[in-house]
Amino acid sequence: MSLPAAAGEALEAFARCPGWEQRARLLLQWGERLEALSDAERCSANQVQGCESQVWLLGERRDGHWHFRAGSDARLLRGLLAVLLARVDGLDAQALRAVDLADWFARLGLSRQLSPSRSNGLNAVLQRMRELAG
Amino acid sequence: MENAARFSTLRIADESVSYKNGVYNESHDDKRRRPEGLPIIHDDAPTMSLPSPWRADFPAFAAFARDGQTYLDSAATAQKPQAMLDALLGHYAGGAANVHRAQHCPGERATRAFEAARAKVAAWLNAGSAERIVFTRGATESLNLLAYGLEHLFAPGDTIAVGALEHHANLLPWQRLAQRRGLDLVVLPLDGAGDIDLEQAERLIGPRTRLLAVSQLSNVLGRWQPLDALLALASSRGALTVVDGAQGAVHGRHDLRSLACDFYVFSAHKLYGPDGLGVLHGRPQALERLQHWQFGGEMVQQADYHEARFRPAPLGFEAGTPAIGAAIAFGATLDYLQSLDGTAVAAHEAALHRRLLAGLRAVAGLRLLAEPHNALASFVIEGVHNADLAHLLAEQGIAVRAGQHCAMPLLRRLGLPGALRVSLGLYSDGNDLERFFAALERALELLR
Repeated sequence: MSLPAAAGEALEAFARCPGWEQRARLLLQWGERLEALSDAERCSANQVQGCESQVWLLGERRDGHWHFRAGSDARLLRGLLAVLLARVDGLDAQALRAVDLADWFARLGLSRQLSPSRSNGLNAVLQRMRELAG
Repeated sequence: MENAARFSTLRIADESVSYKNGVYNESHDDKRRRPEGLPIIHDDAPTMSLPSPWRADFPAFAAFARDGQTYLDSAATAQKPQAMLDALLGHYAGGAANVHRAQHCPGERATRAFEAARAKVAAWLNAGSAERIVFTRGATESLNLLAYGLEHLFAPGDTIAVGALEHHANLLPWQRLAQRRGLDLVVLPLDGAGDIDLEQAERLIGPRTRLLAVSQLSNVLGRWQPLDALLALASSRGALTVVDGAQGAVHGRHDLRSLACDFYVFSAHKLYGPDGLGVLHGRPQALERLQHWQFGGEMVQQADYHEARFRPAPLGFEAGTPAIGAAIAFGATLDYLQSLDGTAVAAHEAALHRRLLAGLRAVAGLRLLAEPHNALASFVIEGVHNADLAHLLAEQGIAVRAGQHCAMPLLRRLGLPGALRVSLGLYSDGNDLERFFAALERALELLR
């Protein structure tokens, strides 16, 4: 299965990061790429439950393909959201259901961010995406 | 005035915590209760390494060193001494058996060891009789036991008073009880320092207050609460008193003959013991008022299909097979703690805590949530999200707690999405703090 273009870019960028510090810098940079959400969009209806830090998620379907926007107050979490959005951008509902989150973050060298005790809720975000896509 | 300050279970008064800019004001009013024997020492130079003479007794630190981890989350759970691990293994390797029911030799041995552990807990607390010690699964279960076991004493319109800084475990069982029985849950506001405000407590704890439940030492603010005054006040109004010692029990020894509460609860796992075991200490007259809440096993005295009679405390409140191995292991922990020089432990913890506070104060933009007395420090850093800091500290092998610390109402009232908490144990040392401060500096360099 071919990856969205932004996902390829993420793989290439993170593959060049040997240490935690470089990975953190890159995550911060990717977080800056998230399109800002308006105050109205940062509402409780758009909030993803299950995240310790606040996360908002919006999705829209164009020609059968899903496009998401997400935001958080925590900057590294914004970076993690950005690489997640890169992986799922433009997928249809069926492809969205097939996304293997653990595999994707492992390929980026970010497996630790998905460990069960980490409560940043990326699994909850993906779950919410699948719910939105129906 | 009492009616105005009272509110129903689901409404929360805005003034229940007083603070400025999300942080309690520093206070030099230090009249609150500290455990006896806590020394005040001000002579440690910042360059001393502050080694812990007891660190080698805890094998986890060799493992942490191999894995590059620095453990500063002892307020969540403590590491275990070798003596406890030996006892746990010894119990199972020596042959497990259930307690209080078998006539056979392994059963008698297990029962003797289990009951000896109960006696050790009683001795540690200077409780007098082991009959006062009920084993539970943890402090949380102890508090839930009380909220069910005492339910029959409450009538609609009665009030329960809790502190505004309570851990969820000492809030939600009472909130649910209030909902079940139509009670008013009164939240005792904090003063500027982060302690339950005695003047307001005087007004809020009234003749219809049937129960007061408060923490001894806050798991977020690290401040000893003014227990003596609060307990005397509640008792004078005829209320039962419950003290959550989950944090307090770990720092200094507390004499339950002089601490005038009806019930005192804590968890073994925070006091260098195993998880799955908690303690409920009750005065005999208070234990007599408890109704049974879980049924089955050795708590039964006599049973038929349509009626049954149950044992009094402690066994009557230990339904099912208790945590036998954990209780025996906890007994070994207490033997170990008993063998240490308590004054030296307190002095070490106090010196480390001063070092921690001094180092935190040197960080630009850092604000302590309150001025902690000992054990821990919770803080936020201006312009930096606590989740980002926690992320980068974890990347560097620093184990500290981030988030709301099971005290969501308190954090919400402080206007904070979360905070970081560094917490210490008797095995913590100056190098732990140095690694933490170095990692904090690198994290802030990245984030700023």
